Amino acid sequence: MSERTERSEGHEGMPSQHGMSERTERSEGREGMPGQHGMSEKKIVRPYGDTTGDGMVQVSFTLPVPHDKRAEGAAVQLANRMGIDPAMLVHAKPVGDEFTFFVVYGRVNHLVDLGAVRVVERDFPLLSAKEVNTVVKQRLRRKLSVVGACIGTDAHTVGIDAILNVKGIAGEKGLEYYRELKVTNLGAQVGVPELVEAARVERADAVLVSQVVTQRDAHLHNTREMSAAFREAMPAGRRPLLIVGGPRFDESMAGELGVDRIFGRGTTPGEVASYLVHALVTNRRVKA
Amino acid sequence: MTGKLGLDPALVARARELARRAGQPVVELARSHTTVSVERAVLRLAGVSGADPDGIPWVNRLVDAVVADVGLGHGVALPVFDACAREQIGDVTLLAQKAAAGSVRFTQPTGRAATAARRAARKAVAVGVRRIDRRRAERDRLVRRFGDPRQRPWIYLIVATGDIYEDIPQAQAAARAGADVIAVIRSTGQSLLDYVPEGATREGFAGTYATQENFRLMRAALDESSRELGRYVRLTNYASGLCMPEMAALAGLERLDMMLNDSMYGILFRDINPIRTFVDQRFSRQVHARAGIIINTGEDNYLTTADAVDEAHTVTVSQLLNEYFAHEAGLADWQLGLGHAFEINPEVPESLRLELAHALLARELFPEAPLKWMPPTKHMTGDVFRGNLLDGFFNLVGAMTGQGILLVGMMTEAVVTPWLSDRDIALQNVRYVLGAAGGLHEDFVPASGGFIQQRAHRVLGEAVDLLDRIGDQSLLTAIAEGTFGIMKRPADRGKGLDGVARHEAGYYNPATEILEQPS
Repeated sequence: MSERTERSEGHEGMPSQHGMSERTERSEGREGMPGQHGMSEKKIVRPYGDTTGDGMVQVSFTLPVPHDKRAEGAAVQLANRMGIDPAMLVHAKPVGDEFTFFVVYGRVNHLVDLGAVRVVERDFPLLSAKEVNTVVKQRLRRKLSVVGACIGTDAHTVGIDAILNVKGIAGEKGLEYYRELKVTNLGAQVGVPELVEAARVERADAVLVSQVVTQRDAHLHNTREMSAAFREAMPAGRRPLLIVGGPRFDESMAGELGVDRIFGRGTTPGEVASYLVHALVTNRRVKA
Repeated sequence: MTGKLGLDPALVARARELARRAGQPVVELARSHTTVSVERAVLRLAGVSGADPDGIPWVNRLVDAVVADVGLGHGVALPVFDACAREQIGDVTLLAQKAAAGSVRFTQPTGRAATAARRAARKAVAVGVRRIDRRRAERDRLVRRFGDPRQRPWIYLIVATGDIYEDIPQAQAAARAGADVIAVIRSTGQSLLDYVPEGATREGFAGTYATQENFRLMRAALDESSRELGRYVRLTNYASGLCMPEMAALAGLERLDMMLNDSMYGILFRDINPIRTFVDQRFSRQVHARAGIIINTGEDNYLTTADAVDEAHTVTVSQLLNEYFAHEAGLADWQLGLGHAFEINPEVPESLRLELAHALLARELFPEAPLKWMPPTKHMTGDVFRGNLLDGFFNLVGAMTGQGILLVGMMTEAVVTPWLSDRDIALQNVRYVLGAAGGLHEDFVPASGGFIQQRAHRVLGEAVDLLDRIGDQSLLTAIAEGTFGIMKRPADRGKGLDGVARHEAGYYNPATEILEQPS
């Protein structure tokens, strides 16, 4: 019973029917808790504070107003607009004379339909370094050439180094460690023409670009510029696999940015190597 | 056995001697070469200012014109002042404009013309150096009037909006909230520009362009804050990248107080040619010494690429090298903000004790230097709550080991450029720790023979071994082979190499001559 109401609520009556959904959810919280429906079937979730279905969240933000009663009222109003109702203003602190910092706890009346969530799931098998080497050696029968760089004004090589340097990251060795990969790391602040030229000289099978700086969407502009340059410089069949990575990319934007794959926060060298093997050897991609 | 760690004085002395042995050939290299940026700095001191309509500074146009006619190896001072005399031009900037238009030819003067050019060049550069001297005296006066921060470590905070007119209110707000030192981060990419942009700038990426006008505007704003707050608020920028010597000169002329200035950072992390870097380094440090500027070295950066436990000794080695190069260039101990960082993986058992050992080792090795203590970045995950705790431990280690300059860590490191509230929370964290435990370094004496002492001894031992190995080959080879920060940087590669020349017979640099004069 409770499950049905929840589902229909998710499908039909989302934001505008707050009052209604809140009522049904509350009754559910009291009566129909665990055991009544299998977790695997549950599609609708709301945030969890300390009780299933309580919808509790915590947010913090700053408003450009001096700290007084009105500022606190403004913070509560903002929280309400964000769907937090009731909103508990638990902390308000002046930051200088003209700003106030707030922490708000409260019940958010939005729901999430897990069935409607779209993410880029890993669609290739994760291989060990040894397996990567074996597949490249047996099926490609030459070293797989990878060229990496931070392009544009980005001087932060932390990302590309984590993936390429022997040292790697979090105990996992970087691509330079893979015997069957030939890695050329161009380092920081590489111009796009320089990158295209290096890819040509090294006969790159894949080009890895790391972008950390996101101010004014620099990472997006740089990536578009890079993919456009490769499209212009090389025919589709000869173009290396284009991969960008960085903590602030949306992994589903590959098509829009003109690259083959985007890797986000927390990507390991092993994932990148496995993807390279998948895309270039075991499942040779069809060029667009 | 001395100090809190019971370090062996003989071993410490040996470490310094090995650093000298490793560094000396590099100093010889620096003394026998010049770069386009060193020569441009000389011209800036001689009074050349401004830029052409495309924004290319007149110093660049002038140096390019001289190099095209007579090459770089003689230095530009003599050809430039010889041309001034021949063309009867009193203003060197005007000469630069004429040279850019192609209406001046340069030659390497000889005989009486050379003597006259030499005298004129020295006189012009001396005016610039005197201006730096006046700015230094002015700083001393303001520090006496407004006072130094009441506590050590000095609290160092970063602003980086890209727009100098946004930076100013942010910097003033930060000073009001307790910052003693404001660093204006440069636009990424500036380090690889082979010219210094001109004027006030409002567009930058992840930072604000370092220009003479931006320096002036920010220093004036912080003078206002100093007056308001009753303590002298210091200003920091970067003498690094391809224009390092010019940045040093401009910092001296505009009374900046600290400059990031590392002997190897540009080589390792910006792939700038090693020889270019060492030549530019020596000149920039001579200027800093004269200007009374505190340098901040960049050892913290090694630990962002290399492992902070395994490679801890490379930090010590680099500190010793930075100290040698700094002393050689005339910097005093109080000007050596040697860097190190809290970058050990918090998952490593006893990570806090290891941090204490490393931080105390630096403190004990360089007792008179205002060490610059850098916050965690590599293991900041985006979990801001854990990050805030980590920053608290970082602050605590800073207090317990008597660090001189504390760069305030942001819990939102690796998430966003710091928000107003992030900075406020971070400063609250610092204030709490310094308020609660600021004097803890007086009580904190690690147990004799205990974990911390043993760890410090081991790192020092490894540093000595590494210096020994470097001495057997050479620092340039060590850098080429990836000893520091695991970057491999051969001496014949890297950016800016085409702007380097070996001194020809008769090379003359009036700035070096003045700066090397015993005062």
